[in-house]
Amino acid sequence: MQYQSQMVAKPYFIAAIGLFVAQILFGLIMGLQYVMGDFLFPEIPFNVARMVHTNLLIVWLLFGFMGASYYLVPEESETELHSPKLALALFWIFLVAGALTIVGYLAVPYATLAKITGNDLLPTMGREFLEQPTITKIGIVIVALGFLFNIAMTVLKGRKTTVNLVLLIGLTGLAVLFLFSFYNPDNLVLDKMFWWWVVHLWVEGVWELILGSILAFVLIKTTGVDREVIEKWLYVIIAMTLITGIIGTGHHYYWIGTPEYWQLLGSVFSAMEPIPFFMMTVFAFNMINRRRREHPNKVAVLWAMGTAVMAFLGAGVWGFIHTLSPVNFYTHGSQITAAHGHMAFYGAYVMIVLTIISYAMPMMRGRAAANSNKSQVMEMWSFWLMTVSMVFITLFLTAAGILQVYLQRMGGDAALSFMVAQEKIALFYWLREGAGVVFLIGLIVYIASFFVGGKERAETA
Amino acid sequence: MSGAFTKSMARNIFYGGSAFFIFIFLALSFDTVRALPERDHRENITPQVALGKKVWEENNCIGCHTLMGEGAYYAPELGNVYNRFGNSKEAIIGFIKSRPVEGNPGRRNMPQFNLSDEELEAVAEFLKWTSEIDDANWPPNIQG
Ligand code: HEM
Ligand code: HEM
Ligand SMILES: [Fe+2]
Repeated sequence: MQYQSQMVAKPYFIAAIGLFVAQILFGLIMGLQYVMGDFLFPEIPFNVARMVHTNLLIVWLLFGFMGASYYLVPEESETELHSPKLALALFWIFLVAGALTIVGYLAVPYATLAKITGNDLLPTMGREFLEQPTITKIGIVIVALGFLFNIAMTVLKGRKTTVNLVLLIGLTGLAVLFLFSFYNPDNLVLDKMFWWWVVHLWVEGVWELILGSILAFVLIKTTGVDREVIEKWLYVIIAMTLITGIIGTGHHYYWIGTPEYWQLLGSVFSAMEPIPFFMMTVFAFNMINRRRREHPNKVAVLWAMGTAVMAFLGAGVWGFIHTLSPVNFYTHGSQITAAHGHMAFYGAYVMIVLTIISYAMPMMRGRAAANSNKSQVMEMWSFWLMTVSMVFITLFLTAAGILQVYLQRMGGDAALSFMVAQEKIALFYWLREGAGVVFLIGLIVYIASFFVGGKERAETA
Repeated sequence: MSGAFTKSMARNIFYGGSAFFIFIFLALSFDTVRALPERDHRENITPQVALGKKVWEENNCIGCHTLMGEGAYYAPELGNVYNRFGNSKEAIIGFIKSRPVEGNPGRRNMPQFNLSDEELEAVAEFLKWTSEIDDANWPPNIQG
């Protein structure tokens, strides 16, 4: 670690991992509710567990992105962070606000939460992923602004690199697009149309810039390949992201009341969205093959390669299978969507955050460039357990989705009702829950890897 | 990538390409917003429909159901429930009202929300309005 202020990333990473654990526990609760409908009913209804699961995911990924920025921006800028104090203050504000929100979800009925937080004044609640009370949303904006200010000031006073610039554009886009979460008209069609400006333009737009720049940073550090080469790749990848992904928003405008020309536009452009993900895979493997040094942190390199492959599979391949409008007509809002959502979020964003944590944490814990061999081997186990079980979760949900579409949406008058079709495919939900338990075991192994082999030294290359 | 293709060329493609497609997207969005009144029948969004949407949101119905294919996949699609229930608001109201507080053992359960009569009417009216949006004939059949 080259700059003292990079240390502020540490609490961000620790909080991220803690919230990740809670996210998975609520995933397992829901997985059980899928097959044992009365589990924890009425104490924790499914919709409550789902909000907790998805909101924790988003919040811990944001902690991860912020931690990543605080770590890599000073190093790229070759200067100390503008204000480590501000970074630490925002950490506590964000953590407390997040925790209070989750407690609110669990402690009182959602309608009560809406009432006591004044949803009447500016109704923004009750939409998927944007369930947070309006005051929490305002809090998020304040934290985001403070964070952006801190990062931008650091970038401005130091060396300007492409990695920093792309990261800053991505983070700014993230904050700006979130403002659309405050737009909630009475007209459901308009509401839905602009809801996607937050959700789609995040994960298939600006977040990919954040992903790309973190990946580029880790590859520069671990492979020693010339920065010029890596930054050129980064530009081409994010260019393709925005060229395909912006109009690609159209793949959500097929059946929500928006005009029908989106069926062609959305299909054509979103069908090209896998290209930047594929380039990311080629990029990562190419750079690692051309490496000029053997970095002792082998597991960080493994995470980086894993991100490149799994993001392509989850977003690229699983996105493509249901993105053409004639296919989406049948798969829209089915378990196929859930299958894709899981592997895409895991492969792209969970894994990139775990990559930077894996790379940065040993140094922040005063262990030179890498953890001991013992600790790394254990972390590699957790990599495989989580990644393989996520592949199985995706496959089981895909099977469930194909059957669901077949039973419920084809076959004319003989088509089954939603609830009857769900019972017929319960086996696959049980299998998904089993894979989910393996995922949790992988996560426990991951955390355990932080506590083993502290005394031993890493092999140096 | 080969040496002839430089970093500054890549950067220009990024800025130029992004700016171009952001512009196209804004133009298309503008056109869409202008075309919507024909399709969403906004003249029928009464204060009651608006209240219904608020009831829908403040009870987080989207946390279990899909609405026009978006939301959660735990419980049935409701964009066309008005049609599935025989074009009857009373059937919708009756269903919501009659959910047992403790649920049915072993089954997936919908909570009892204790809505007022006004709220029940409103949410049913909202679902009726939703079923009339021109959504390119989705879903494929009445089961949603
Ligand atoms: C890392 C990037 C991505 C992430 C994290 C992601 C995540 C998601 C999530 C969570 C949903 C469900 C949204 C909802 O609840 O309604 C979704 C929907 C969808 N995604 Fe992605 N996605 C990514 C990339 C892609 C790509 C590259 C494609 C196309 C090639 C794609 C195609 C789709 C489609 C067509 C839907 C709508 C499914 C439906 O109609 O129900 N996604 N995505
Ligand atoms: C490991 C055990 C997990 C289980 C059992 C699980 C289970 C579930 C369930 C049951 C849902 C709700 C589906 C519905 O609406 O009907 C859900 C939604 C979701 N989960 Fe998980 N989950 C797990 C892990 C994860 C992980 C690791 C991630 C992130 C990478 C994740 C991201 C999501 C997302 C984005 C959604 C919303 C999907 C959509 O709207 O299409 N989950 N999960
Ligand atoms: Fe999308």
